[in-house]
This record gives sequence, C-alpha cells and structure tokens, in this order.
Amino acid sequence: MSKEKIQLCDEFASIMPPEYQELVESATYGKQDRGWKDIGSSKELIEQHSLCAGCPESIAFRYILASLPAPEDTVFVGSTGCTSLVFPHVAVQNIHSLFGNQNAVASGLKRTLKSRFPDVEKDVVVLAGDGATVDIGLDMTMQSWFRQEKFTTICFDNELYANTGGQESGLMQKGFVAKMAPKGKNFDKVRLAEIAREAGCAYVAMLTVSKPNRVEEAIKNAVHVAREIGPTFVQLYTPCILEIGKQSMEGLDEMKDSESIGGRFVQKEFVTEEAQKLIDSLKAEAKARKKAAKDAAKAAKVG
Amino acid sequence: MNKPVGTPKRIIASKHVKLGQKNAKGQTYTDINDIFYNSEQKPVFFTGSEVIKEAIRRASVGTSVAYPITPQSEAAALIGELYAEGYLDEYFRGESEFAVMGQCAGAAFGGHRVFTTTAGPGTLRAMENFPMWAGSRLPIQVCVTCRGINSPLSIQPDTLEMHYLLEAGMLVWHAETAQDLFDFILKGFIVAEQPDVHVPIAVCCDGFFVTHTKDTVELPSEDLCLTPYDPYKSPVTVMDMESAPIRMMRDPFVMKSNYISYSTHASWQQEVQSAVERSRKHTIPLLDGLIDEINTDREILIVSSGTAVSQSREAIRLLEQEGIKVGLVKIKTVRPFPKEEIRQATKNAKHIFVPEFNIAGWMAREIKAVLPDNERVYAGPHVAGGMTMPSEVIAEEIKQHLGMKPSPSRRRS
Repeated sequence: MSKEKIQLCDEFASIMPPEYQELVESATYGKQDRGWKDIGSSKELIEQHSLCAGCPESIAFRYILASLPAPEDTVFVGSTGCTSLVFPHVAVQNIHSLFGNQNAVASGLKRTLKSRFPDVEKDVVVLAGDGATVDIGLDMTMQSWFRQEKFTTICFDNELYANTGGQESGLMQKGFVAKMAPKGKNFDKVRLAEIAREAGCAYVAMLTVSKPNRVEEAIKNAVHVAREIGPTFVQLYTPCILEIGKQSMEGLDEMKDSESIGGRFVQKEFVTEEAQKLIDSLKAEAKARKKAAKDAAKAAKVG
Repeated sequence: MNKPVGTPKRIIASKHVKLGQKNAKGQTYTDINDIFYNSEQKPVFFTGSEVIKEAIRRASVGTSVAYPITPQSEAAALIGELYAEGYLDEYFRGESEFAVMGQCAGAAFGGHRVFTTTAGPGTLRAMENFPMWAGSRLPIQVCVTCRGINSPLSIQPDTLEMHYLLEAGMLVWHAETAQDLFDFILKGFIVAEQPDVHVPIAVCCDGFFVTHTKDTVELPSEDLCLTPYDPYKSPVTVMDMESAPIRMMRDPFVMKSNYISYSTHASWQQEVQSAVERSRKHTIPLLDGLIDEINTDREILIVSSGTAVSQSREAIRLLEQEGIKVGLVKIKTVRPFPKEEIRQATKNAKHIFVPEFNIAGWMAREIKAVLPDNERVYAGPHVAGGMTMPSEVIAEEIKQHLGMKPSPSRRRS
C-alpha cells in the first residue's frame, strides 16, 4: 500500500479525529531510511499506550514502529499479554487471535500475502511476550523457524507473566521468587537466542531497549533478512518494573545494569554468513544514499 | 446415491469479476448454481476421501494446511497432490491441530479461501481456535470426519465431537453420504463467504462410514471451479495493509470492567449468532432446505443426521415389510438448527425416534429442546465407540418402545 491510500476525504476531513489528520499529514509511511530519529519530528504510528507509567515496553513499541522499513506494507501478529493492550492504538494492521499461536498465524499470513501480492514485499512481524513465545507457544515458535518461514519474531522479554500479575515464566532468571515460584524459580533462564540460532534463524539479536539506535538496527536487520533469507528473531529486555519492585523512573537503569559486562542481557547477535552479506550491502547502500543526499544539499547551497 | 431431485431455486448469482474466465489449470470460474444445476453430472465410484479431493479440485482454494489423524489423513494427503498439480496456492503440514487452525486463521486473515480437515481428538485439540475464527469472521471451512474422542484410544466412528462444535459460532453441516460431502463442501464455501454470513463452517461426516467406503457420486466436470473468494467483501478488514489502518479503540475492552465493555462483547456474540442464522436464506436454495422429509405425515418418525439417516432408511424398509409405516426427517444443518422446519415436519408425529452414533444423545436433546410435547421424542438407539448401527437394531428398538412383538429372528437370539 502506498501513502496515497491513507488520505482524508475532503467532505469528512473536518470530523476526522485529529490523530488521524496528523497521520495523513506527517507520518513516515513510505519514507526510505525512516528510523528512531523521526520521533519528535513526525507523527508516530503509536497514538497512546495503556501500559503502566514508565513501562519499557512502551518505548520499545515506539522504537520498533519508527524503525520498520515499510510500515505501509507490514502486518503485525500479536498475542495475549501486555502487548495486546497496545496494538489497538497502533496505525499498522495487526492481528490478535489467541495466546501462543502467533507464529502459526504469521506462517499462514505470510504465505498468503506472498501468494496474493507476488510483486510487493509484505512484511509480517510477530510481537509477543515471553510467556507466549517460550512457554505456551514454544512449539509453534520453533516450528516456524524449522520450516524457514520468512518473517520476524520479536519477543518482549520481561522475564515473567506481567499481565496476569507476575507469575514465573521460562525466561525468568533462576532463583527469582515470584507467584507460582514461591521458593524461587528452580531452573535456568531458557536460552532462547541460542535455540533460535539452532532452530534455523538467519539473524538473531538479544539486547535491551536502552539505546534506540541499537533497537533500530536490530529491527531493520531482522526485517530485511526475513524478506530475503529466512526467519529472524529479536529478543528485547523490557523489564516489568512493577513486578520486580522498581519505580516507574527506574526502567532505564534496570536495562543498563542488565546489559553491562556480566549481565543477562549483554548484547549478542548470531548472524549467518548469507545474512551478514545482505546486512553489509544494505548498510553500504544506506551510506551511499546519505552521502548523495549530503552532496546534493551541499550543491544546492553552493548553487 | 441420495441426490435430491427437483429444481431448487437459485441463490444470488456470483458477480465475481473472474466469472467465466479460466484459471491456470484451464478450469472456468463458474457460478455455484451453474456448477450444480446447469452442467452435466457424471457418476463416479469413489471413497469419501477421494470425493473430498474432487470437491477441493473444483473449489479455487488458496491455502490448505494438513496434519495426520485417522480417518482424515488420506483426504489431507490427496489435497497435497492437488497442490503439487497446481490447483492450490499454498499447502503444508502443520505441527498440531492447534497450530494448523492458527495457520488457517493467518491465511484467512490475509485473504485466502482456506480449507482443512480434522477428526476426533484433533477437533478437540483445535477447539480454542473455532470461536476465535467465528469472532474474527473468518469463513474457513474445516471438514470434520468424526471419530471417537474417548480414552482408551479409539479411532472408530463416533459423532460426539460434533456436540462440542455447536456453540462455537460456526455453521455446522452434517453430510449423510459421499454425495452430500461433495455438495456440502462446495456449497459450504459459498454460503459461509456471503458478506452477511462470513463465519467459519464445519462440514462433518461420519468417519470410515463415509470417508473409507466407496459410493456412487455424481460430479460436475473438472473443467469447472468456484469463483474465487473476494476478501474485500469481508465485513471486517483484510489484514493485508491494502486499506488504511485505523486506531481501533482508545481503551482495549479486554481490560475494562464496565458496561460498555461487556455490551461490546455481548453484541458481537449476538452478531455472530445472527450471522449463523442469516446463512439460512443462502442455504435453503442451495441445499434444497435445511432438512429432507419423507412421509412425515406418518405417526412414527425417525429424525436424525449423518450415517444414522442412511441406516434408518433401511430400517424403515424393514419395518414396512411388517406393515409398520415410519417417516423420516434428515437434518442437514445442525447450525443453524432447523427449529421451525423440524416442528412443522413432526407436528403430526406421535413417536419420534432419534438414532445416534454417540453415547450422549445430543441430537435428541437438541430436538427435544425445540419441540412441543417432547415426551414424543425417544433418544435412541445409540451406539458408540465405533460400533455399527445395524438397521435391524433401529427397527427392533422402535418396536420394543412401541410395545410390539420382536421379529422372529430376534426372538431366536
């Protein structure tokens, strides 16, 4: 879909909600090299969120939506959990169907869009929590990777079931005392990034959302590799400040602590050779575009 | 062969832009009325599984997802052969019925016509998906080849699983024969995809009795196929980003404990139920009514669906030889339930027998719930766990209930 389809009918323009008018005027659908730096200077594709004050998931949503290479041709598949409270506010089509079946839905969707639109790249992006991705949905998550389904899976890892009130999850750290783990969780945090690599993901990244440029890079790499090569996986630490006993302003510090040396979320990437080649060539192209734009601006100034 | 005779009325003809054009396989996109009523039908001698394949060959299906479970495995694999020949756009094996129904949902959200098959424990494993399909208004067709769901493990025919489907918000049709199965699959797509219906459909048949036995079935030419599904006639948005995305709501209803939230959910449930009811007007001309009636002016009637009807036809013949006259009502659609039709058809009956291939007798309960003077309804005979229901058993149980003498052969045993 091009931006031309997101228009206002003149007769009804005055009664359209202001947020929709802003979307038409200044959202970045169709803009090449869109990214997190557009935040603040253009209309974001998330209107509000109904998450807790200071929840790192909300900033993760904003970075991801700003970083999608082509939101005008992207469909999200979500799952039950805190993320499902945000999707109704997002100006990209999205599906919520059940808890845990997100990668199955995305498999059917991606194949259908490929078949219906053979000449248009329609990106499918799964965005679900760790309970949906690892516990109830692990079978379907991994099977989609085995089958080499060409879409991106993003896991918001908050290390517990947040929306139901802080129960133990497979991605919780060992020893953490939570609901349903009254004596502390007695097995290790599931090594999902390694599982993704072994299950056939061409690009895997694990990081926190403390640095927007890193999130942007991971999302762009993941979506581009999924288009051309095979399944991709991005695991983002979005701590549930409420359930780990932190204040609403402490989310950023929690992420920074966990990604420093020796932490659980030291950034890591697993990239196949083929995927790395693609990423390098895309980077070179983006760099060339930037240089050309700079040169053109310089020439215009001189002229 | 139990093909209804007569000239049914047509349903609104397809106005699809591809009507009359040819697909990649050289088949001509043809109006459903013309496929069944204005084209030559040729008899073939096929198993039910082969008949499913022949229906899908002519159904212009986009995606089918398969998973092995007896007794539908053969049909699901035969559809794979159609895919290899180029009749379907997408086909693959899922990892479980729960996943398969999710994959079907994804394909339908994306705008494909979707077909899958399942049975027994598979239906129950998939169950969470069915109300989701209905609530999401996905007109997916699942062919349910009924088998036992009990433990110890059984793979034999048993219709108990249909009972679990009744309140899922789907159309539920029950084929008696392979001919029904062929007709219901093709007609089912057209009814389920009507913009004012647009809900999923389960086309059920009794496993083995229908899937694994051969029967004479009349088929239209394989050069004809259904007009394609048009996703833009859907009452809800197609998830392909070809229409402008909108912010759906300010406050997600799931988190709100207030009247607006409850009311929204309640009205949507009512709408799905109404959509199932609205399918009547499209189904009646295509299936020639939701029920079939034979001699319903008689005092003794058998009312049932599926293979139980076939066995009842023979029981009626046996009873007739002894001078006992029995009429028959065959229920073709269990959802929508033909409440008025059954009331009318049974208004003169003094005794109503409901033979069933399950232990619960759910069909008898459904019938009792809509009839006046429902002490007329006798729930039986029942068989379960894969047992056959010989026509003699039906005949004897009718006679026993009416206080008549058992037949001589019966007395000997």
